[in-house]
Amino acid sequence: MKKTALYDKHVALGAKMVPFAGYEMPVQYTGVKEEHLIVRNGVGMFDVSHMGEFYVKGDKALALLQKVTTNDVSKLIPGKIQYSCLPNGKGGIVDDLLVYCISEKEYLLVVNASNIEKDWNWIKSQNDMGAEMVNESDSISLFAIQGPKTNDALQSLTDVVLSEMGYYTFSIGKFAGVENVIISATGYTGSGGFEIYVKNKDAEKVWDAIIEAGAKLDLKPIGLAARDTLRLEMGFCLYGNDIDDTTSPIEAGLGWITKFTKDFIDNDLLLSQKENGTDRKLVGFTMIDRGIPRKDYRILDADGNEMGVVTSGTQSPSLDKAIGMGYVKAEQKASGTEIFIEIRNKSLKAEITKLPFYKAD
Amino acid sequence: MNIPSDLKYTKDHEWVKVQGNTATIGITDFAQSELGDIVFVEIETTGEDLDAGEVFGTIEAVKTVSDLFMPFKGNVKEFNSELEASPEMVNEDPYGKGWMIKIEFEGDLDDSELLDAEAYKDLVG
Repeated sequence: MKKTALYDKHVALGAKMVPFAGYEMPVQYTGVKEEHLIVRNGVGMFDVSHMGEFYVKGDKALALLQKVTTNDVSKLIPGKIQYSCLPNGKGGIVDDLLVYCISEKEYLLVVNASNIEKDWNWIKSQNDMGAEMVNESDSISLFAIQGPKTNDALQSLTDVVLSEMGYYTFSIGKFAGVENVIISATGYTGSGGFEIYVKNKDAEKVWDAIIEAGAKLDLKPIGLAARDTLRLEMGFCLYGNDIDDTTSPIEAGLGWITKFTKDFIDNDLLLSQKENGTDRKLVGFTMIDRGIPRKDYRILDADGNEMGVVTSGTQSPSLDKAIGMGYVKAEQKASGTEIFIEIRNKSLKAEITKLPFYKAD
Repeated sequence: MNIPSDLKYTKDHEWVKVQGNTATIGITDFAQSELGDIVFVEIETTGEDLDAGEVFGTIEAVKTVSDLFMPFKGNVKEFNSELEASPEMVNEDPYGKGWMIKIEFEGDLDDSELLDAEAYKDLVG
């Protein structure tokens, strides 16, 4: 089991450590509800150093990325980021990822920890044009500082003007006295904030500086359990739950990052899905009867016929309602449609809900 | 970790308090801590006769769901209905306001399967 550079700090902070994607990761510090609400209303910091980082460089970098990702990388300019996914050649998804344009000849891909090896091998197998690939996953630490008070918590640590950075842009600069830090206006919570990439050797120094600078705003460390409830309230897909090797980006509602302005793997198949529709669609739903939906529970119609399956579910700390996502038949996807979730042999009523579940004031 | 010495425990992390032919059941401090924030306690077996090891209810935390097991054969006489509105009492006061059910049993209770505080402490390390 791998450990992040901050492992000892998490233990000292009283975190409950659990194995996740091959790493010992902090799942919670004080409690998932409390940590969730800190991010929604204040500012919190996640150690997400388990995430993978690949650099793709050289004259052929763009050509490789255009081939393996669904979004149009040619639209990126230096300093901009794209959400994208890797189609698997069979209409499914190898992984979802972020693509950072450092220059026209250098890109950073940020991938899910559980898929690092699979993604690397997949992209490498498609690299017949000879782009240079470097896997830096084991040498980079990543902290996500999220919440409405993030700018105030971090601004004293850098000359980069955080309030002027647009969503999905980044700067490379000095942060907490460390050079060449990637300061990225991204996150997985829906509450705004930054993600900070540093070399492992600087991880402790930067983490401590953020904890210290954020103290006046009650910045707290936040575990992965709250990361999951935060992303689910936004309807953000989680790889392995809502998307995987068997779900297409079109079914998953990721048509907006699937651009047919270029050729890529599964181009024709996905275009046909976009034009002709798919049998099933990923939707959000809110429980009306009391019960909490969980991954793999069956979704039924009013007559008890199976119409789909739950892919994510939880009790939403912000809304105090049970929410979930799952695949239903395309003709039954409309918001307001009454559906039933099978929980412990009972059919409990729920309603298809437009995403996101949570909207900031 | 709070493990009161006057209670008995099960390997499923429940506590048992016997008074006459009635026993009160809840989950331990260790169990509530492992589950995290509890958001729903569902017990729909009130009035039923259940065997040892049968599921008498379910507890939902934010992240996980877990079954509740009968520590011995008996009749589920009463459910702590306050948990319907305030499931967080299981986190806040697992041995007090967070109790779950009262079981009535016949004859002498065979408590040979139950652990005392010392043995339970060894179990959870």
